[in-house]
Amino acid sequence: MNIQIEISSQPLNIQSCIDWVMTPQSGGIDVFIGTVRDATKGKAVVRLEFEAYEPMAIKEMQKIADEAFNKWPVQKLLIHHRTGILEVGEVPVIIAVSCAHRDAAFEACRYVIDTLKQTVPIWKKEIFEDGEVWVAAHP
Amino acid sequence: MKVNVLAFGIAKDIFGSSSIAVELPENGTTQSLKQSLEERYPRLKHIVSYMVAVNNEYSSDEALLTTRDEIAIIPPVSGG
Repeated sequence: MNIQIEISSQPLNIQSCIDWVMTPQSGGIDVFIGTVRDATKGKAVVRLEFEAYEPMAIKEMQKIADEAFNKWPVQKLLIHHRTGILEVGEVPVIIAVSCAHRDAAFEACRYVIDTLKQTVPIWKKEIFEDGEVWVAAHP
Repeated sequence: MKVNVLAFGIAKDIFGSSSIAVELPENGTTQSLKQSLEERYPRLKHIVSYMVAVNNEYSSDEALLTTRDEIAIIPPVSGG
């Protein structure tokens, strides 16, 4: 298999993601690592909480991965997403893409994270000192 | 017919539950489910948008629902 998709409540392992996509034919690996930022619009964020509709989220991520293979000469592609409570500096998402040449790797990696943010049923709640909010829910 | 509806994110907060039962006409559609939910939970109209997923796929308003379907309310996603 050249696609690996996982949703996990356990901490993600960046090195093992990179190792998994590396092949002898690869000329480059592009990796996107999402990290929990300590503020949103100037307001301090204490932590984030991620919730996934897992079976559908896996299915939607599979569609994105398949489309990346259709659009670019991708060798291996990995998407790992975390759920549960994450503190500042922790990693909610890792995308890793290997290709023979860097242009395809950069473009495919960007396509995967951008599309994931639009279509995959995963939700993020920001927790502040004085309250909490589901991101993107309200105008 | 009675359908079971899963809720995530802010929809779960609005329903006060991760799963609710909704009574629909026999030929109920995604659209009729939305109308019924918005009458019962007016706060649903105040979120940016929401989709209905049927059997793990985004559905259109015309999609016919059955009691065997896995139905879920998908508020605006914010993963990554």
